[in-house]
Amino acid sequence: MTAGQITATQLVQEAPDQAGVGPFGPKPRRVSAGRIGLYAFLIVAALFFLIPVYIMIVTSLKGMPEIRLGHLFNLPGEPTFQPWIDAWLHACTGRDCNGLSPGFYNSVKITVPSVVISIICASINGYALTFWPYKGANLLFGLLVFGAFVPYQVVIYPLIIGLSSVGLFASLPGIIIVHTIFGMPILTLLFRNFYAAIPVELFKAARVDGAGFWRIFFYIMLPMSVPITVVAVILQVTGIWNDFLFGIVFAGRPNWPMTVQLNNIVNTTTGVREYNVNMAATILTAAVPLLIYFISGRWFVRGIAAGAVKG
Amino acid sequence: MTQNGTSVSIEDLSLNFGAVSVLQTLNLDVAEGEFIVLLGPSGCGKSTLLNCIAGLLDISHGRIFIKGKNVTWEEPKDRGIGMVFQSYALYPQMTVEKNLSFGLRVAGVPKDEIARRIARAAEILQIEPLLQRKPSALSGGQRQRVAIGRALVRDVDVFLFDEPLSNLDAKLRAELRVEIKLLHRKLENTMIYVTHDQIEAMTLADRIAVMKGGVIQQLDAPQTIYNRPVNRFVAGFLGSPAMNFIDGSLEKDKGDWHFVVEDVRIPLGTYAFEKEPTPGLAVFGMRPEHVAFNSGSGWPFSATANVEVVEPMGSDTLVWLKLGGQNFTVRVTSERTPSNADAVSIGFDPMRASLFDAQTGNRL
Repeated sequence: MTAGQITATQLVQEAPDQAGVGPFGPKPRRVSAGRIGLYAFLIVAALFFLIPVYIMIVTSLKGMPEIRLGHLFNLPGEPTFQPWIDAWLHACTGRDCNGLSPGFYNSVKITVPSVVISIICASINGYALTFWPYKGANLLFGLLVFGAFVPYQVVIYPLIIGLSSVGLFASLPGIIIVHTIFGMPILTLLFRNFYAAIPVELFKAARVDGAGFWRIFFYIMLPMSVPITVVAVILQVTGIWNDFLFGIVFAGRPNWPMTVQLNNIVNTTTGVREYNVNMAATILTAAVPLLIYFISGRWFVRGIAAGAVKG
Repeated sequence: MTQNGTSVSIEDLSLNFGAVSVLQTLNLDVAEGEFIVLLGPSGCGKSTLLNCIAGLLDISHGRIFIKGKNVTWEEPKDRGIGMVFQSYALYPQMTVEKNLSFGLRVAGVPKDEIARRIARAAEILQIEPLLQRKPSALSGGQRQRVAIGRALVRDVDVFLFDEPLSNLDAKLRAELRVEIKLLHRKLENTMIYVTHDQIEAMTLADRIAVMKGGVIQQLDAPQTIYNRPVNRFVAGFLGSPAMNFIDGSLEKDKGDWHFVVEDVRIPLGTYAFEKEPTPGLAVFGMRPEHVAFNSGSGWPFSATANVEVVEPMGSDTLVWLKLGGQNFTVRVTSERTPSNADAVSIGFDPMRASLFDAQTGNRL
């Protein structure tokens, strides 16, 4: 603070006096020591977090003999894509040696319906809570928000009992239901806050025009909801794709998502540990959320800001 | 004209939000083709009343008739009303044409009929070149025209306006005000118009309902409300610059009533009392434009005072004085603007005054 003030005063004194009027024109830009320090820290921090990524990529392109030399940071001498092919098609999880690809398709089968169903439900929830307040609506909303703070682990056991009693435990519909339920609080919050910012007069005008609950939703509210829907899709796709716990508990062995398969590949203890294949498999698993981060960076930041509750 | 001549009729309407009473046993009859303005400060319940008429709010007590039909429990669309909102409330994803036709499409009106009605509305409102645009590509005045058009195409009996001009700048507001007046003359529909702007109320209304605290204070023609306000609230709310109020007392002196404050005695021989008053505390109201300035004697009341502040407003000037030790403003033409601290004479006829009970605020 003091340093900045001194600089400012000096600059004013040093500036050529414009016919004795003192400060004149645009304020001079200053580079202070604090700024330099801040950027230096940011760059160092970024490099620090990039090192593991670098090692992963480099290692995944090396052959096993080269890895055994132990030069972790060296670029691959003879780059090879064989580890990537192995990871996708041939890596072993226990007795099956089909690589990650079945897990990838399982993850798609889990993620797509979960995202679609949860967003449809949540947008209707948010719309109804905002524009059609009924007795107990606020209580319900309060409960939903509370639900966003309940640790998942607490409800896993009751959920297992519940799902198995209706025969949905360890099945694809079971895991989809679980993801839909757990996406509901944060998504409803997201949509409700979005709709609450829409002028209520718009809703009234549609009522006067004779539109009912569904027509107002589909013809007026939904077309306006594109931005928040994109945010919700990003939030849900990354969340569900990265999920491990629900996948391993509720999906059942044939439906295990990619994350679970990855864990099984990496943790297989028989034979040689193929670091290059493991690295490639990890990058492949992380590729979908990463792609979404990169494609939709702008939207993603908005999503984080809008749904600041989700950790 | 229908047989009974009433278009909208409200009987004993009450509305409570929990323990808060927003409207209290309110009665209002609007004649066929009449332009009624609901005027009042924010929070007086005027917009709430409009929403009740539109069916957008469920009422707590009472009945609402539109065109002789009891619509108390009807959906908004079945009431034969069209509504125009302050924020325009145009559907942002639809073109102007789709905005206009939305209500008709919901109602299942045939396509050629929709086209015919849109063409008519667009012609009346002069928005034909805008039909294919989105609302975001329109100016404020154009948006409000489209919003009016949305009510127009539905061929409704009653137009409801909820502060339609409050979002526009002063110049556009004046233009659209005239257009709404012309529209009313052309269509001869019943119109109920909510505003807090007294100029809009005075210029547009056949009758003004001045509201405060969920109660209609006075329902009368604009000139009557302006000249003979029923209470101090109405007197103070209408008129710009505001009416002068002087606290003093009523005294009877040799058979004639006088209003007395300090050394000022205003004879009330020409004032028309509502009923024979009693001596006691009272408030004397006089509009700044009804006071003559430096215009010689011959007034039932005249006095001299020193100018305290001069506020030039362009077309005329507001001069602040003290009368009976209290602030008193006089409106003078700008050519006659005095300087500060000038000694001036004023005169007025108490016939144009309004006297109010100091306690109840009611007109005496």
